[in-house]
Amino acid sequence: MAGIKVKAKQSGDLVEIKTLMKHPMETGLRKDKAGKKIPANHITEITVKSAGKVLMTIEYGPAISKNPYTSLVVGGKKKGDTLNISWVDNTGKSESADVVVK
Amino acid sequence: MQTIDNDRRTLLKGSAVALALGITGVAQLLASPKAFAAWPKDAFAGRSMDEVMATLFDGAVSPVESGDIFLKAPDIAENGAVVPISVESSLPNVKRIIILVEDNPTPMTAAFNLGEGVKADVSTRIKMGKTSNVIALVESDGNVYAARKNVKVTIGGCGG
Repeated sequence: MAGIKVKAKQSGDLVEIKTLMKHPMETGLRKDKAGKKIPANHITEITVKSAGKVLMTIEYGPAISKNPYTSLVVGGKKKGDTLNISWVDNTGKSESADVVVK
Repeated sequence: MQTIDNDRRTLLKGSAVALALGITGVAQLLASPKAFAAWPKDAFAGRSMDEVMATLFDGAVSPVESGDIFLKAPDIAENGAVVPISVESSLPNVKRIIILVEDNPTPMTAAFNLGEGVKADVSTRIKMGKTSNVIALVESDGNVYAARKNVKVTIGGCGG
């Protein structure tokens, strides 16, 4: 599955990054049909990097919607630059994707 | 009687060793790369606004309401499972943006740590259990500012 969908677009001197991640974002509070608790399974941290430098870290909790959408705006980047975005969840799984600014 | 006492002593010694091992185990876990040490577990576990605020900031911080924070959220959210929220601010040197939902089981929702050159302009989608105030905290120049907005939820997003 393509876990991370990400787009980065330059407008003026800023670059807007929009991303959609495939993740159940289970809170740990819900119960299944048998009344058993569904264990928590959610993204805890997102890191946005460029040329090895961290631009932003995001801490997410279980109250973020399923398949999280996130957008942010960065300066000092331009068309052709490569950005890297990655997530880690509370079970230790992680995923990463590169995007070239358009 | 003597033997029982000896047994007890060995048992105590044994548990002390186990405890020490346990502690080193935790320390190693925290030191390992990509650990969740950076993730503010306590803040996300806090069950009330007071609890969350106490874990997020040292000492008593009472955020100042600011007109320079633009918190965008719907007046009415038909589906509490997906509520679009965006926070923008014209305050200088914004280091951190935090989103809280007052009446969620755990109010702490998201924290954005801004690096150099990143604009205070973020959006996400959150879950809301019921009608509540959504609060955006912005850390700027060492001060904490806040903006709030009430969002009416018609169908909660936390139930099964």
